[in-house]
Amino acid sequence: MDFFDRFAVPHPSFLIYASMVGIGLTMLAIVVGITYFKKWGYLWREWITTVDHKRIGIMYLLSALLMLFRGGVDAVMMRYQLSMPENTFLDSQHYNEVFSTHGVVMILFMAMPFIIFFFNYLVPLQIGARDVAFPRLNALSFWLFFMGMGLFNISFIVGGSPDAGWTSYFPLAGNEFSTSVGTNYYMIAIQIAGIGTLMTGINFITTILKMRAPGMKLMKMPMFTWSAFIANVIIVFAFPVLTVLLAMGTMDRLFGTNFFTTDNGGMDMLWANLFWVWGHPEVYILILPAFGLYSEIISTFARRNLYGYKSMVASMVVISLLSFFVWAHHFFTMGQGPLANSIFSITTMAIAVPTGVKIFNWLFTLWKGKIEFTTPMLYSMLFIPLFTLGGVTGVMLAMSAADYQYHNTMFLVAHFHNVIIPGVVYAMLAGLTFYWPKIFGFMLNEKLGKWTAWLLSVGFVLAFIPMYITGLDGQARRMYTYSESTGFSAMNMVSFIGAAIMAIAFVLLVYNIYYSIRYSPRNIGSDPWDARSLEWATHTPVPEYNFAITPQVESTQPFWDSKKNGHQLFKGDIEKIHMPNNSGLPFIMSCIFFVFGFAMIFSIWPLAIITLIGILGCLAYRSFEKDHGRYISVEEIKETETRLRGAKK
Amino acid sequence: MKVDNSLPLEYSTEENNLKILGFWIFIGAEIMLFATLFTAYFTLENRTGNGPTGADIFEIAPVLVETILLLASSFTIGLAIHAMRLNKKKATMGFFIVTLILGAAFLGFEIYEFTHYVHVGAGLQTSAFTAALLTTLGTHGLHVTLGFFWGLFILIQIKKRGLTPETANKSFIFSLYWHFLDIIWIFIFSFIYLKGMM
Repeated sequence: MDFFDRFAVPHPSFLIYASMVGIGLTMLAIVVGITYFKKWGYLWREWITTVDHKRIGIMYLLSALLMLFRGGVDAVMMRYQLSMPENTFLDSQHYNEVFSTHGVVMILFMAMPFIIFFFNYLVPLQIGARDVAFPRLNALSFWLFFMGMGLFNISFIVGGSPDAGWTSYFPLAGNEFSTSVGTNYYMIAIQIAGIGTLMTGINFITTILKMRAPGMKLMKMPMFTWSAFIANVIIVFAFPVLTVLLAMGTMDRLFGTNFFTTDNGGMDMLWANLFWVWGHPEVYILILPAFGLYSEIISTFARRNLYGYKSMVASMVVISLLSFFVWAHHFFTMGQGPLANSIFSITTMAIAVPTGVKIFNWLFTLWKGKIEFTTPMLYSMLFIPLFTLGGVTGVMLAMSAADYQYHNTMFLVAHFHNVIIPGVVYAMLAGLTFYWPKIFGFMLNEKLGKWTAWLLSVGFVLAFIPMYITGLDGQARRMYTYSESTGFSAMNMVSFIGAAIMAIAFVLLVYNIYYSIRYSPRNIGSDPWDARSLEWATHTPVPEYNFAITPQVESTQPFWDSKKNGHQLFKGDIEKIHMPNNSGLPFIMSCIFFVFGFAMIFSIWPLAIITLIGILGCLAYRSFEKDHGRYISVEEIKETETRLRGAKK
Repeated sequence: MKVDNSLPLEYSTEENNLKILGFWIFIGAEIMLFATLFTAYFTLENRTGNGPTGADIFEIAPVLVETILLLASSFTIGLAIHAMRLNKKKATMGFFIVTLILGAAFLGFEIYEFTHYVHVGAGLQTSAFTAALLTTLGTHGLHVTLGFFWGLFILIQIKKRGLTPETANKSFIFSLYWHFLDIIWIFIFSFIYLKGMM
């Protein structure tokens, strides 16, 4: 193949060219805008070099929202393609690329950064810490994730997107069947983002174990922090599997090794097994923090202590253990025999037990509570029935004998969207609405918020319930079109309408943000929801050092106790506070990683070697660097405190 | 920075404590990484295609030398940390230098071993077995290589800056890493080489 041929898109179409122009113009507009308003210095000092967990959190949030729309457009395109039989909107190759990127983007570049945004923003505040354990590593985590995301997203205009599904099973993902560079993008971009995520895991485990406020024993941590802790433990034990897996996949594609090939001893099922050894824990990395957010929200708006704190923790621990022993349920039909299938069937069904415990705990928290239906609470109340439905179909899929009927059909697609959307996405939106005033100092509009929640739910039911039916009737997933005689067209049309309604709901969310920025009152104080845990005990906006005096904790809800039961949170005097310095190194190193990734994807070896040396040089520089942080003086803290107290009213 | 003098130098500040715990967690991740590599290796061990088997290519002599070198280096880095705790800068540096020389010698033998494999027709592309073998060994070797340079940088810092809470902390963490690589090698020696030669 000629050198420049590799950069061409394998299936040029009007849509792709329009996107190229669109992306080019947007980039240009951003650069011109920043230059015009002279914001380069501000951007560099306050955001790019920041090591503040709150700002890094906000950057994760922006990335997640951006990717939500990218993945959402993919979703609507797919639903439109299937809404009519024999539709020619997308050709087969293009459709393959769209569903592959939709999966990767939504799981790894939307849901993951969204939960990591909550980890970053909330965990240090909930445990009364000044920052995470390794602030600079945290910045590096973010920038690596960001560059991985960027690399993955340029794939559809430079060289073509991955087209072997988000699972990239070999031999389909091998050189023989995936001839474009798309799958190289998959291997390398996810690798770079994954290294960032692994470091996030190490960072947060250390933070939670070592930096809790005095008196906050493990069993007195807020439920979200517990869920974050367990999710991060899963990250540390699951992501190395992905690292090795992607490295082997990269070697198969770039260096001609035979890990997953069909000759010279290669074993394609090794990929499927290892992928799900990481992949199944991965979905619990997403859902457990979502459960944590629901716990916070439900207890706040039922005005009650969370019911069954210990069983909540125990069930999360059990889920995290079981998550590593269920992976083969993703391929019951791929030949491992009745014994293995039975074992994995039973472990899978066993997960329903701790999950059921959690559902009942939420219901008992609501029991006799003074329930207040705010937007976050509305999401939580919609979550419980819809998620339970998804859980029940999950138990159906767990029955290995019956799975032969459902496997690779739309039934499965309906199931996992049914757990991920009401489970994770609702939690993200509920959490975003709940914590928005803490982060930005004003509330999102409640009326628009409730409209969004209802529209999203109506759209969700219309989009995904029909898939259960067509799936049982035999509509295979990932097929790009079907003939009219199959009889799937009506149901698929309903699905498309549902998807369109969901799209409208997301547009409404954006409008809500715009509307609230303009019209929402700013004098809301630091605790607008009358909440219970430490993150609400500091000022809004949260000062750089979080708490002027480290809070004292005696129960699971110290802030509530300080409001209602006379618990004294802040004892002692203000002392000078040690804070880390900003650093440009994480950003620069991640930029080099981006170029390195690009060079690897297109097999430009000299560039790959040069950038690799650059990365090692950054590590060496870091080793020799002397950086002892800085101190914020007592006067400065007092000044900030007075100013913020004044603003609070 | 608060320094607690009742603790060893490497544990004496809050930041140092965090770094040591963080590194233990990182070793947890590394265990998973090598566990995955071993899983892949054991799965593909007998899938040699048209290429040679382990029994055909393994030679005990260089492997034994490598093992002795690495085990000895693990011992000497332990001595270096012991000397560091006694606040003996020169002895610390001396044992660091011995460790690094042993590490470099190990790498030399491993490079020889790799060229030997390629020479007898067990290259990276030959079969699933050779790919898994060379990747597992290579990942370990890459860790040793990175460790070599990391150790070298720490050595230079001890020379320039003396035994401070910072350099002591770095040295201690480096020793954890080096011992860990040794343990991985014991697994490689037992379950790849010895098992393969039987």
